[in-house]
Amino acid sequence: MTAGITLTPDELTAGDVVAGGHFALSRDSLVRYAGASGDFNAIHYRDDVAASVGLPGVLAHGMLTMGLAVQPVVDWIGDPGRVLDYQVRFTRPVLVDPVDGAELIVSAKVGKVDAEAGTARIDLTVTYNGDTVLGKAQAVVSLAPTASV
Amino acid sequence: MNPELVGRVFAPTSPYLVGREKVREFSAAVFATSPLNTDVEAARAAGYTDVVAPPTFAVVVQEHTLKQLLSEPDAGIDFSRVVHGDQRFTFTRPIVAGDELTATLNVASIKSLGGHSMVTAESTIVDATGAHVVTATSTLVVRGDE
Repeated sequence: MTAGITLTPDELTAGDVVAGGHFALSRDSLVRYAGASGDFNAIHYRDDVAASVGLPGVLAHGMLTMGLAVQPVVDWIGDPGRVLDYQVRFTRPVLVDPVDGAELIVSAKVGKVDAEAGTARIDLTVTYNGDTVLGKAQAVVSLAPTASV
Repeated sequence: MNPELVGRVFAPTSPYLVGREKVREFSAAVFATSPLNTDVEAARAAGYTDVVAPPTFAVVVQEHTLKQLLSEPDAGIDFSRVVHGDQRFTFTRPIVAGDELTATLNVASIKSLGGHSMVTAESTIVDATGAHVVTATSTLVVRGDE
């Protein structure tokens, strides 16, 4: 037995929005991610260091944005182990204000269904202040529970 | 940066033991809410041996290989000029707590574009039996002089 929903290829049509979410990032979120991931680059928590390298402020880790953006997809299919491939391009930085933080909005829609492989490519749109921050953000998921570890 | 790095394969990293609490900590940090990330019983009921790591957890293991690349004496990469361009994870199976993972870095390509260099680094991550778990691929952009 494995987890999550079972989908059939004809249930999914390219363009269908299948999942989404809002994520409120604060400076605390960045410190938490730094500790959890081991990425202690100071541009992600120190304004003076960010300014010294010409940045307009402290930025979220790109890998934090990538990590959270796939979560609505994981919740939709019901098993993190059913993400078979996941890629993004980092196109725009996410500035995290010390007081107001930053809000990321994720929308996940069906890109392409591969009935033979039993997979679907889910395309993610992640926006911050109305601008997309990731390009070619795609997760390939299995349509049915897979053999597990 | 040094174009002769293309094709270079680095020494495998020392084994990384995936801890259950580390998976829980990382899951919280990426706003993961699936019980399979945190609840051992839920993960076992789903057929996994222990809690399942979020898809991007592989970066924790990959990071050790990127450090090898950036500190390679003849690489000529100035860390302060490096920007993460893109990232990909291709799985054979998900990472679970208890896995002992080893990563091997290979420099897949180096391109020059408008004074910048782009290096694509591919880290192949295997378990204690040597079986493939996930390949993590990063393209790093090294900004040229402005």
